[in-house]
Amino acid sequence: MHYVIIGAGPAGVNAAEHLRKYDPSGQITMLVAEDVPPYSRMALPYYLVGNIAAEGTYLRKNENHFESLGITLKQGRASSVDTQSKRITLLGGETIDYDKLLVASGATATRPPIPGIDSKGVHNCWSLRDAHKIVADTEPGSKVILMGAGFIGCIILEALASRGVDLTVIEMENRMVSRMTNEVMGTMIKDWCVAKGINVLTSTKVSEIAEASGDDSLRVITEGGETLPADVVICATGVRSNTAFLDGSGIQVDMGIVVDDFMQTSASDVYAAGDVAQGRDLSTGEYYVQAIQPTAVEHGKLAAQNMAHGHKTPHPGNVNMNVLDTVGLISTSFGMWMGVEGGEEAEMSDIENFKYLNLQFKDDVLVGASSLGMTQHVGVMRGLIQTGAHLGEWKDKLLKEPNRISEAYLASAQRQHVNLGA
Amino acid sequence: MQKSLHIDPGKCTGCLQCESACSLVNEGMVNPSKSRIKVFTFHDEGRFVPYTCTQCDEAWCMQACPVDAIVLNPVNGSKDVLSDVCVGCKVCTIACPFGTINYNTSTGKVVKCDLCGGDPECVEACPTQAITYVDANATGLDKMRAWAAKTDNAAGA
Repeated sequence: MHYVIIGAGPAGVNAAEHLRKYDPSGQITMLVAEDVPPYSRMALPYYLVGNIAAEGTYLRKNENHFESLGITLKQGRASSVDTQSKRITLLGGETIDYDKLLVASGATATRPPIPGIDSKGVHNCWSLRDAHKIVADTEPGSKVILMGAGFIGCIILEALASRGVDLTVIEMENRMVSRMTNEVMGTMIKDWCVAKGINVLTSTKVSEIAEASGDDSLRVITEGGETLPADVVICATGVRSNTAFLDGSGIQVDMGIVVDDFMQTSASDVYAAGDVAQGRDLSTGEYYVQAIQPTAVEHGKLAAQNMAHGHKTPHPGNVNMNVLDTVGLISTSFGMWMGVEGGEEAEMSDIENFKYLNLQFKDDVLVGASSLGMTQHVGVMRGLIQTGAHLGEWKDKLLKEPNRISEAYLASAQRQHVNLGA
Repeated sequence: MQKSLHIDPGKCTGCLQCESACSLVNEGMVNPSKSRIKVFTFHDEGRFVPYTCTQCDEAWCMQACPVDAIVLNPVNGSKDVLSDVCVGCKVCTIACPFGTINYNTSTGKVVKCDLCGGDPECVEACPTQAITYVDANATGLDKMRAWAAKTDNAAGA
């Protein structure tokens, strides 16, 4: 049995390790696209800030880890997949035959289609190579404009701010991290950033990036007609699943690769996991590209189970969730943080001290939550959402005092003998 | 034989000696807010529930860690954070559905119970044997179920 895995991020690596566990004698080949050992994008901001060396971003620290498990790492990028002859072709023409294939090719940062977006001095912050370039091109006092205050934009803010650069963030939505915050929380994050000396422009769209004459600097022009000078522009406006090489394969792609509850794609013996896969969302039951680390890991494991053991482990769905550190202010969001129709909401807001907690209920079940400035026991929000535990009388207590969430968890979820095993 | 923490909330008086001992030994200061074991108070029922990591088999935190900074201690079965490897991304703190791995803002790293390497200080400190360190022959699920039942008694809700 030859298992081939396209991609060496968290989904690919976890799948490879679990395949080895479930099938001690199978042949496992993992395609690594970049010319560095498998690493974590989650760790890049900490590399950028100088807390860790590049090696600190590696997913596995033991140099012989993959070799010792009999997992062959092969450098290369897939250019096409033939699901009839079960063969993938790499850029350069080499082919690899598979018995079972896992596509875990992840996502890539995109750039908006505006004039000048490909100017020298415009970077993404997605790969280790991008991070190296940003480090090389910035110094204290450099004028840096960050386009996009989404999750990735915010997580690299601290790294940029701590490099002593003169930083401006431009976001087209009316608040920061609009995909994980409501207006109250998003505005608090903005106020926090402004207090830290970061210039934040929300509800602002960049219309053009122009190269200044005479030097290497850039001019960022907004739709409102404002012109902002910049030495470096960092584009963090969005990512897209890496599916282009599947064109012509017949494998069905929507926002990401469409998978069933066993992580199998529309082609038999081809599976998908991680940021490239449109997997089941636990809260909605719909199929959605979550593009988050815990989901990538769980997808990888689940795909491996189904590839090695047959389709015995249906996917219950993943809780969509995020944790974000914006220049020291920590926010989380879980499940249906924006609420559901016919649901109820509990809110605790301490704007002066940058503390906020919002709980969303459907009947007596927690279905979503978001928090700001909380670091203790935040995982219980996942626990409650994932188990669907009935809160009973605790729901009324939480409507009055949402910050008793940990007690509510102890009193309800754990009492109901919930099975969190996967 | 591996051992695990056994918590009997019915015996807890809420004296918080466990929190003091934990923070002193692990953080070098008596500061319950930095303790890895937390005593929750249910004022309505006059009950106290000490709460910390069960070293669950699933090890959600360990699986979610993007940089391999949480490892299985082969001797006592605990899942230990390697502080020098942890980058402080906090993904484990949302992945753990028990909420028992937490971010320490002063160090920029996460912390969790590691059973003090096999000699838990909270057990030593507890004057009423509400926290004991006993042979762990139950499976992870059984452990959780036992825990669940105990919590039920304690909360009395």
